[in-house]
Amino acid sequence: MRKFKQKFGFLLLRLSILLAVIFLFSLIIVIILKGAKVISIPFLTQFPQDGMTKGGIFPAIMGTFLLAVGAIVFALPLGVFAAIYLREYGKSYRLIRIIRIGVNNLAGVPSVVFGLFGLAVFVKFFQFGVSLIAGSLTLGILILPIIIRSTEEAIATVPESFREASYGLGATKWHTVRHVVLPVAMPGILTGAILGIGRAAGETAPILFTAATFYTRRLPSTVFDEVMALPYHIYALMTEGTKPQYQVPIAYGTALVLLLLVLGINLIAIIIRYRARKAKTW
Amino acid sequence: MKEKFIRPILLISALVSIFFLCGITITLFTESLPLLKQYNFIKFLFGTHWYPTCYPPELGILPLIVGTLVVTLGTFLIAVPLGVGTAIYISEVAPHKIKEFLKPTVELLASVPSVIYGLFGMVFLAPLVQKVFHVPIGLNAFTASIILGMMALPTVASIAEDAISSVPRSLREASFALGATKWETITKSVVPAASSGIIASIILGLGRAIGETMTVLMVAGGAAQIPHSIFDPVRTMTATIAAEMGEAPMGSLHYHALFAIALVLFFITLGFNLLADWISHRRKV
Repeated sequence: MRKFKQKFGFLLLRLSILLAVIFLFSLIIVIILKGAKVISIPFLTQFPQDGMTKGGIFPAIMGTFLLAVGAIVFALPLGVFAAIYLREYGKSYRLIRIIRIGVNNLAGVPSVVFGLFGLAVFVKFFQFGVSLIAGSLTLGILILPIIIRSTEEAIATVPESFREASYGLGATKWHTVRHVVLPVAMPGILTGAILGIGRAAGETAPILFTAATFYTRRLPSTVFDEVMALPYHIYALMTEGTKPQYQVPIAYGTALVLLLLVLGINLIAIIIRYRARKAKTW
Repeated sequence: MKEKFIRPILLISALVSIFFLCGITITLFTESLPLLKQYNFIKFLFGTHWYPTCYPPELGILPLIVGTLVVTLGTFLIAVPLGVGTAIYISEVAPHKIKEFLKPTVELLASVPSVIYGLFGMVFLAPLVQKVFHVPIGLNAFTASIILGMMALPTVASIAEDAISSVPRSLREASFALGATKWETITKSVVPAASSGIIASIILGLGRAIGETMTVLMVAGGAAQIPHSIFDPVRTMTATIAAEMGEAPMGSLHYHALFAIALVLFFITLGFNLLADWISHRRKV
């Protein structure tokens, strides 16, 4: 009886993970099968034509690239500095705890709320308009908690003895952080940065009212221009326009490009983490 | 000399997160204020009609709140058993090799952009649900719950797994020494010991589901009415904001109402996060 119970219990556990894996793979397979028919070199390098029913998605690829780069340029230094403070410099336990609660809650804010914040502050108050910079800043705030957490984790794994050795040689605190702690923590920080880029590239709701446009004839020439973006393009193709028979295949193609991009970015992060763990000699 | 400057710079960077959190709160407040002045707040929260473009507009968000609740409940029923089951399987049962494969796979599930889930739901899952359950519309609360459940699963699984694997080994060994089977050890020793972490994981997963926008916008059907069954189309708070902000004339009552919805949403998710933080922190002390 007890053996039977165990067998049944394990069966349920296996079933639950099996369902998750089946769901993931059916999603990936559907997107790949349908998207692969559409993807070609012209699809990746041309502008959209005929009201989104023909042509390629080049401006959306560029837009997503620029948005993600902008977000990480903003969030990486801020996030790394914040993490250094929390791990190395902070003295008051209470202040650190308050900041951590703040970071956790920022991570839990719904993405559409970030979009509204960006709309009210960057688009309206600073009068950037619907633009690359407004979208990048909004996405930057969104990924800030990811950068802070991963940097904190990376710094926490640097052995205390490394710091002590540095102090023993007469180094100052900042010198120790810059030349001992940060280099050792670098793979972890890099992983966090890459995950942040992946997240920024895939988000739709925050750029809905801050940066994205359905169609533009040119690439952005300044940071105050609006841009096309892959995730928004998928959404717009599926919900706007009047010719779904032409639009849905393009949406599949765009989704495949975005999926490969995001999964590729995550794979790079996983590989960096794996290598760093292997290379560790202490 | 450098040392003197570096500390304040780092401190300011660390305070930026708090600054943004306060900034978001203040922005939502000030942008919803005109609504609260011109419209009865009780009518806003409990009104059953959402007709923002009629004249005079009716701005009752109860259907949107109910829509969010229904989808969140559906998500709960899917994500909790599957997520906790996955966590237990990965940390307690799976052989090492399978574990090495499953962990990154579950992580990948979390990294797929929500708009792709939305696309998948629209063109694949919704027709399937329509056929299998013989319902008139495939885009409904049920379909949205399935997809959101799968999206919340990695959050639940990874945090619950952390909690389960941090249960000390000695606890398991003591249970085995008393003659318990592995299953009895898991259900009677390990899971109870990890319960606060597991509960925190569930709360965080649900918080994600409540705030999720693109998927429900594309898959839940978008009808702003109180649903009679799980197969009715619904519209959540997030979807309403995303769908209507582009069309609401700036400064109109509609515009401010959308900010007020965001304010309500923000406090709900803030409550969830603080609760999860409190529960998982309590465990350590």
